[in-house]
Amino acid sequence: MLASILLDVSLAIMGAGIGSGLVAIGAGIGIGRIGGSAMEAMARQPEAAGRVQTAMLIIAALIEVIALFGVVICFLIATSEG
Amino acid sequence: MSTVFIMKYSSVCVNKILKIGILFLFLGVFLIQPSLAAEGSEGEKFNPAEMINHHIRDSHIWEITHGVEVHLPVIVYSKEKGLEMFSSSNFFDDEHNSVSYNGYVMDHDHITLESGESVLDFSITKNVLFLFINSGIMLLIFLSVARGYRKNEGRAPRGIQSFFEPIIIFVRDEIVKPNIGPKYEKYLPYMLTLFFFIWFGNLLGLFPAAANLTGNIAVTMVLAVLTFIITNFSGNKNYWKHNLMAPGVPLALKPILIPVEIIGMFTKPFSLMIRLFVAITAGHIVILSLLAMAFIFQSYIVGFGAAIVVTVINFIEILVASIQAYVFTMFSSLYIGMAVAEDHH
Repeated sequence: MLASILLDVSLAIMGAGIGSGLVAIGAGIGIGRIGGSAMEAMARQPEAAGRVQTAMLIIAALIEVIALFGVVICFLIATSEG
Repeated sequence: MSTVFIMKYSSVCVNKILKIGILFLFLGVFLIQPSLAAEGSEGEKFNPAEMINHHIRDSHIWEITHGVEVHLPVIVYSKEKGLEMFSSSNFFDDEHNSVSYNGYVMDHDHITLESGESVLDFSITKNVLFLFINSGIMLLIFLSVARGYRKNEGRAPRGIQSFFEPIIIFVRDEIVKPNIGPKYEKYLPYMLTLFFFIWFGNLLGLFPAAANLTGNIAVTMVLAVLTFIITNFSGNKNYWKHNLMAPGVPLALKPILIPVEIIGMFTKPFSLMIRLFVAITAGHIVILSLLAMAFIFQSYIVGFGAAIVVTVINFIEILVASIQAYVFTMFSSLYIGMAVAEDHH
């Protein structure tokens, strides 16, 4: 019973899909928090807006890569045979 | 801060264009849905995964556009036959079917002996070709920049030198100097090479018909291993003491913390490798998947929408290309900076 569940490939594909969805949620929360904090910082100190924006973009790029992990894993699972 | 200025104004335009593109994309999808269902499946089915895989993987054939192909040389070594070199066109007959040649067979760009034994493949593949092209471009540009420094010493930069000088200064003052500290000069040549290699590789990969050079995990692994070697060879006494002895930590915690520190030495370059690989490869996958929608739905309207969205994503990819080069160089210099830092205890 347990073995048949564990060996089911369709479940693995489903798991990959759900997992990459969770990754997207996490990355969304992360980027949202960065964006919110950066907006706040820029509103409090408009003269530092340029520097805040540059730093924000770099951190956002780092988180974006995490979201892209989801894309790559989904693609690998979807294209692997069997 | 001109980049910020450009980004602010371009982001407004980009938003509008993106919205129009997405509108067309969905319009097309909904319009086409009934006819697609009525038509049923006839002819050969378009497989987007196959098309994407073909574009992001390395290959022995450089396909410039449909039907225009450059067959690259194959260099293989096996114990039985020794070192051999021939063109990869030998693997195809006139009707484009794959055939075996001289005892070698190629299956999905993987060359083996007919007996099934594996061979060592040193071929000039598409990625290797683009590695050469990338190096060639870098040599051309930076030899001329270096010549400019010698000729215009003490004077304002001229020609191509004036474009690259601000970038070189940026890498030195914003990335390398703050992260490595006073001993930065020794590592500056490596960091500049790293930055420009990744940057040019990323940009080169965005051209049509170009290879996915920095989105190849072998290429990023070599870059990460170089950083790993340089970090560990320039590590001073404090670095090793910190990693292997964990000073100032209670004795009971040491068995946990020391393995963590040692694993950390390897996870740092590993994260560098994965980050660059994923960022570039996923960018290509996203672009190609959106483009594939035009072929999946076989409609001009979807094709028009997809083309607009892909153009916008391509502009984002140009930004990502620069940011990834920046991030890789920054983290490399951060790790080296941690290894050469003086003790503060």
